[in-house]
Amino acid sequence: MTIAAGQPKTDSGVAVEQWIRMYRRMLTIRLFEEQVNDLYTRALMPGLAHLYIGEEAVAVGVCEALRTDDYITSTHRGHGHCLAKGAEPGRMFAELLGKEAGYCRGKGGSMHIADPATGNLGANAIVAGSAGIATGAAFSSKRLGQNRVSVCFFGEGALGQGVLYEVLNLAQLWKLPVIYVCENNFYNEYTHYLETTAGDILARATAFGVHAEAVDGQDVRAVHSSAARFVERAREGSGPSFLLCNTYRYRGHHVGDVNREYYRSKQEEQQWIVERDPIQVLTTWMRDQGAANSSLFEEIQSEVKSEIKTAVEFALAAPYPGPEEVEQDVYA
Amino acid sequence: MPEVVMREITFAEAIREALAEEMRRDSSVCILGEDVAEAGTPFKVLSGLVEEFGTERVVDTPISEAGFTGLAVGAAMTGLRPVVDIMFGDFITLTMDQMVNQAAKVHYMSGGKWRVPMVMRTTLGAARRSAAQHSQSLHAWFSHVPGLKVVLPSTPYDAKGLLKTAIRDNNPVVFFEDKMMYKLKGLVPSEEYTIPLGVADIKRAGRDVTIVATSSMVQVALGAANLLEGAGLSAEVIDPRTTWPLDERTIIESAKKTSRAIVVDEGYRRYGVTAEIASVIAEGAFHHLDAPVKRIGAMHVPIPFSPPLEDATVPTERSVFEVAKALCGRS
Repeated sequence: MTIAAGQPKTDSGVAVEQWIRMYRRMLTIRLFEEQVNDLYTRALMPGLAHLYIGEEAVAVGVCEALRTDDYITSTHRGHGHCLAKGAEPGRMFAELLGKEAGYCRGKGGSMHIADPATGNLGANAIVAGSAGIATGAAFSSKRLGQNRVSVCFFGEGALGQGVLYEVLNLAQLWKLPVIYVCENNFYNEYTHYLETTAGDILARATAFGVHAEAVDGQDVRAVHSSAARFVERAREGSGPSFLLCNTYRYRGHHVGDVNREYYRSKQEEQQWIVERDPIQVLTTWMRDQGAANSSLFEEIQSEVKSEIKTAVEFALAAPYPGPEEVEQDVYA
Repeated sequence: MPEVVMREITFAEAIREALAEEMRRDSSVCILGEDVAEAGTPFKVLSGLVEEFGTERVVDTPISEAGFTGLAVGAAMTGLRPVVDIMFGDFITLTMDQMVNQAAKVHYMSGGKWRVPMVMRTTLGAARRSAAQHSQSLHAWFSHVPGLKVVLPSTPYDAKGLLKTAIRDNNPVVFFEDKMMYKLKGLVPSEEYTIPLGVADIKRAGRDVTIVATSSMVQVALGAANLLEGAGLSAEVIDPRTTWPLDERTIIESAKKTSRAIVVDEGYRRYGVTAEIASVIAEGAFHHLDAPVKRIGAMHVPIPFSPPLEDATVPTERSVFEVAKALCGRS
């Protein structure tokens, strides 16, 4: 892949190379998740998985604003966050298949991928379960003078959990470098969030004095622009912030949730897919800017497809952990 | 060998010394909790620590047990060694997700990559006329969860040595202190020492009956042993000191020697610590036992406020004495 020298910078001061990197990352997540679905439907994957398809711009836009040593915590729908923070697809697939080569030696699975090397404190299968952990990492960073920022990803379902408000209060009291990223994909599992969420979402954060903004979560440029500002605030010592990303979960709550008409219409799904697809939104914008052409996108698509194919083949061929592993690492 | 200089200090002073020494030794150790700084907790256990270590390391929190415990889990994963203070053991219910689903599982779920070196200090024990939400002994709950360690000191000496070890441990450790014991005095060396987790202590050697007792019940068991001596019976009192890891060997060996065993713990008797230890003895010493293992614990009722009612719910020297005597075939 080549990019002409002296590329123009976009309106937000981000180099074109960076948009291309974000495009590649979003596409990697998309194709990774499609492969996960394929593994499930072919009965090659144990258990279930919660696909991030449709929400790629949130993870990629936020993580692009972070350093490798910054921290993230993730959710049950966490593959996108892990990949965006730098995880390798091969070891991710291996973890999803319960293989020893996985990030957690197969002991965590889809909902618990963790990786110190990329600052990933772990995906968490308790809704809002990582809010304390992310805030604690920010507490350490401040106490130890490390200037690391901590990002807590969570879905709008977590707005129903009390611990989130406890740590928002703590983070603001102690001016901790933590960003709470709320991915509002509209559905708490199978229930529309308006049936579960009273009042105004941003007001819940601003009530604690936490800086809060909403952004179009399908537009990676908008997400990145806000995230970059929030990260800067955090590093300057201005404390926590709350980024509400309005997005959409294209697929079901998990891979097995295929008949969804009882809680949302196919028309609604199609509208988001056709009109608000995050990869398409960025592609169109880059084309309009003259920042990339069809052959560049095709080249990236072909590279990512090949990368995912190699990754899944690696994971399928990888061995399971030995039986002696079951009692290892219960205690450090 | 240099002579060990012993001093008499209280249980509370022993806890405070352990914290101060570990905070001097390791700058990553910090304390988080409600009224831990200037107030030094309602029990005054932490008095003086904020003056030495400052509010950066002795941190008053809002009344948000889940929030600050969760924060401590994350802080422990990323370079600190937090000691969280949960004022009353009854409030551990508010921290359950953070301890059970997060702290206990992070190391295993991450394939051994992340560690959670934190301590939760909390209390247990009835008889303070504090009613049902400030009197429980809920240590069995945490003992049930793989990934956690649970410590139950019964003397100032054990409290200091075990707390220092707990702070240095790379796992989440829950440290239960009997709030009726804070003023108990005992001999503690002036020199530094630690006590490993998972090693029981024989508090009194004996021949006729083994009394395995934890935390608040150790003094009760020792009192019962004195009464038994008056009745011509020699009781051995074993304090496991930690319910997990559990020193099964010392407990089983004692039961084999005496051939009779009683387990006393202030937690609810049903599905609790006494049930687990009794089954350890039954499985490990079956052929040596002359009688079924007896269990004594708190009654299966919420702890009542009214003093005569509350006193009826928990084991006493007299009740342990009576059970032991009957077990040994004396009327």
